[in-house]
Amino acid sequence: MQPHYIEFITVGFGILLLMFEAFSNGNKSRLGLIAAGGLTIILLLQCMSCPCTATPDWLARFYKYDSVALFYKIIALVSTILVLLMSVDFRKVLSRFTSGDDTCSGLGEFYCLPVFACAGLMWMASAKDLVSIFVALELVTITFYVMVAYMRRNVGSLEAGVKYLILGALSTGFLVYGIAWIYGATGTTDLTAITEFTQQATNSKPTYLLFGIALILIALGFKIGAAPMQLWIPDVYQGAPTPITAYLSVASKAAGFLVLMLIIGPFISYSATSQPVIAILSIMAGATLLYGNLAALKQDNFKRLLAYSSIAHAGFLLMGVASGNFTSVSFYLGTYLLMTFAAFFILALVRDQENSDSIDAFDGLAKRNPLLAATLTITMAALAGIPLTAGFWGKFFIFAAAIQTGSSWWLLAIAFISVAAGFYYYLKVVKAMYWNAARSEKSIHVPMITKSVLAVLTLAILVFGIWPQPIFDLLTIWK
Amino acid sequence: MLFALILIPLLAAVAILLGAPAKKTALGASLVNILAAALPLASWQYRSWDTGFQVLENPNINLSLGLYDGMSVVMLILSLLVTLAAVYSGKCPEGREKLWFSSTLIIAAGAIGAFLATDVFFFYAFHELALIPTFLMIGILGSGDRKAAAWKITIYLAFGSIVLLAGLLLAMGHLDSFAFSDLEAIPAEHQNTVALLLIIGFGTLVSLFPLHSWAAPAYASAPAPVSMLHAGVLKKFGLYGILRVGMVVAPEGMAHWIPWLCVLLLGNIIWVGLVTLNQKRLDLMLGNSSVMHMGYIFLAIAALAANGENEIAQPAAVLLMFAHGISIALLFALSSIVEQNTGTSEISQLGGLAKKAPTLAFLFGLAGMASIGLPGLANFAGEVMVFFAGFADWSPKDGMGWIQITTIIALWGVVLSAVYMLRAYRSVFQGPLVKNTSDANDISCCDRIPAYILAATLLVVGVYPQILLQFL
Repeated sequence: MQPHYIEFITVGFGILLLMFEAFSNGNKSRLGLIAAGGLTIILLLQCMSCPCTATPDWLARFYKYDSVALFYKIIALVSTILVLLMSVDFRKVLSRFTSGDDTCSGLGEFYCLPVFACAGLMWMASAKDLVSIFVALELVTITFYVMVAYMRRNVGSLEAGVKYLILGALSTGFLVYGIAWIYGATGTTDLTAITEFTQQATNSKPTYLLFGIALILIALGFKIGAAPMQLWIPDVYQGAPTPITAYLSVASKAAGFLVLMLIIGPFISYSATSQPVIAILSIMAGATLLYGNLAALKQDNFKRLLAYSSIAHAGFLLMGVASGNFTSVSFYLGTYLLMTFAAFFILALVRDQENSDSIDAFDGLAKRNPLLAATLTITMAALAGIPLTAGFWGKFFIFAAAIQTGSSWWLLAIAFISVAAGFYYYLKVVKAMYWNAARSEKSIHVPMITKSVLAVLTLAILVFGIWPQPIFDLLTIWK
Repeated sequence: MLFALILIPLLAAVAILLGAPAKKTALGASLVNILAAALPLASWQYRSWDTGFQVLENPNINLSLGLYDGMSVVMLILSLLVTLAAVYSGKCPEGREKLWFSSTLIIAAGAIGAFLATDVFFFYAFHELALIPTFLMIGILGSGDRKAAAWKITIYLAFGSIVLLAGLLLAMGHLDSFAFSDLEAIPAEHQNTVALLLIIGFGTLVSLFPLHSWAAPAYASAPAPVSMLHAGVLKKFGLYGILRVGMVVAPEGMAHWIPWLCVLLLGNIIWVGLVTLNQKRLDLMLGNSSVMHMGYIFLAIAALAANGENEIAQPAAVLLMFAHGISIALLFALSSIVEQNTGTSEISQLGGLAKKAPTLAFLFGLAGMASIGLPGLANFAGEVMVFFAGFADWSPKDGMGWIQITTIIALWGVVLSAVYMLRAYRSVFQGPLVKNTSDANDISCCDRIPAYILAATLLVVGVYPQILLQFL
């Protein structure tokens, strides 16, 4: 089977699901399970497909399929499946703010939309032309506009939706404008041709090109939450439904970084542009690290804390991009998926049962459910980057790449200070669970889905923490 | 085989968390661990018992363990003994057994792993295993200003680890493999930076002056097993690391920083020594004294950096690391018993305890004498060798170098420790009974076992240091 059929199947599956939703009534949360099951089958198909057959001519300009593309498709599919599963266990809160009761009757689209976003993310992983990148990105972003604002009876969700819509539209504008300038400077939108252009160009005055790159960096800065375009993140993350926050923070960020690497990659190695591009990336990385980590120190809302932590992680990732070592960035995103989803699953659970997102809600969790507390401790340790967890390897490779390519010392100093700051705010959650007295003695019940997903994610964090080779094998499976 | 030494405490910790009887499991695990280590130790030969597998191809990283050389052997013995004693020691609050014993075992597993690893990456990674259990134990079950102490030790150690990581990564950029056996000197122009980062990184973990302020409050407020394991075993990780990695990858860089190192280690010995003199609480005094004694070991390291041919510097450092580890663990165990039996740790509110608790007084006296370097006990052999190392291969016509001057000043530290230790002993155990001590009990029989084990080790090594030196 041709690999690109899988994207078509995904879109078709989404449309079918929507139709099925229109004619079904009653409890719509079953739809989430169907969607997750369907995507699991698609994930299996994806893993079995290989780039052995050549892409047909009409598509070859827009579509490539290699191990990196496969890696990001797996990230897209896995995170979508996890989002759908999380939404099933989160249905009570969602329902309260949509239909206003506990019937879950208004949740149908909520379980269909992620499938379309997933198709967009998968297509983006294979895109090799600025135009197809743009189209895929828009499919993802527009789906997100709806999902962020989905809890229509919740002011926070609506506010988040409006903020995300306005800033998203603005960044789209920047992106198109940037693409236009790059097209003007290079005469093509095909990334392969752009790479060839940078390899042989004799152009000594890359001003147009640099302007285009700057515009694209601004646009993608919005997507990945890099300073100074990160201001929307805390409010939108806090307001959006928790599963969608997790989706934004993993899949949307991974997509942003993938596009960044696809577009900026050729220019990092192009002698005429490499210096300014690396300088800008380094400055953005430093500012993002400082902002994310320092602002996180004071947070007492767990969801907001995760928002700032996601900005902080974007800083580390940008550092990896600036050092030109894209494998380490992909690896980091893979491990970031595991630990972020584990954190959000627990947050969604506590939100569901305690009706609060703040760190106080975790007080005394160690007494109420010791296993859950231990799981969150491992997750926080991984996010902080403590060795023997997957999170440490991510930081390790980024730092190794940065040190070996001779990044500026000030960026390294900021990054190392950021890691130390991270210890403080991640351990604050651990502290709440173990040191503080519980607000109620009621034990916390963990639903079946959340329990099994958490077990798998935690195990993966620990196994990859000792043995990271499989992720690298996946990234280079067809080389 | 060596994997079992790490897995036994870890699995025991998991079993305790899942509901196994806490104290029995922990005791069993630490005893089984000693038995399991007996075979590798008895049949030890240079670089024997290597085992491991590759976890990453590029860069080449292996999860490999082995008794790399005598230094690993001595540190392993130290970790096993202190672990056994730590599990026995301290008084666990009702209902907190799970956290108490599982944390102790995880910290021990981290220490054992760090000393067994033969790959720089896992050497580093295992040490961090102790970070969160330490944080929880001090923060939840500590005494006094426990929250501040817990944050302080965690942030300091995290900072130290990060600087250390930077140094290691910088060095590894010039090497093909992370295995200890592949370490070699990196190009000279990078050595100074790497050595500086390693000194700051490892130095923070060892409480090198002026990065030492986390240690005393943390040890004072930590529950006994944590302060025993941390001051006795984990802190040696930094010294072990400088000898194992720093001296190999950046010998000239280490030599470059000798003047600085000398000033800082005198900061440990003299400055912290004076601070120790002024302590009013027994646990804070012990905490500070453990910071102070790190200075002597750094002196041996500086002597080795100044002259790579110096044959007694490394054995001196390792022997003193061992002796200090055992004696400080014993002191912390005993001071926690003093506090349990009398309800206070303020030196001024104690007195005459020897009348009520003669065995406790005898053991404390023994450990105290060991820690100030009385001949016949383990620390004496170590300290004397350190001072000899300062003047090894030296003849009067060379003139006084940094090392020689530092050694002479450092000798005064011995006087300082004698003053504070003897003074504390006199006010706590001698003189008339006071309110707190009038109805105190002697050391209970189950606290005696670990104390006797540690005290016997001090005596045996003190009388016959060759038992350890044969490995080195």
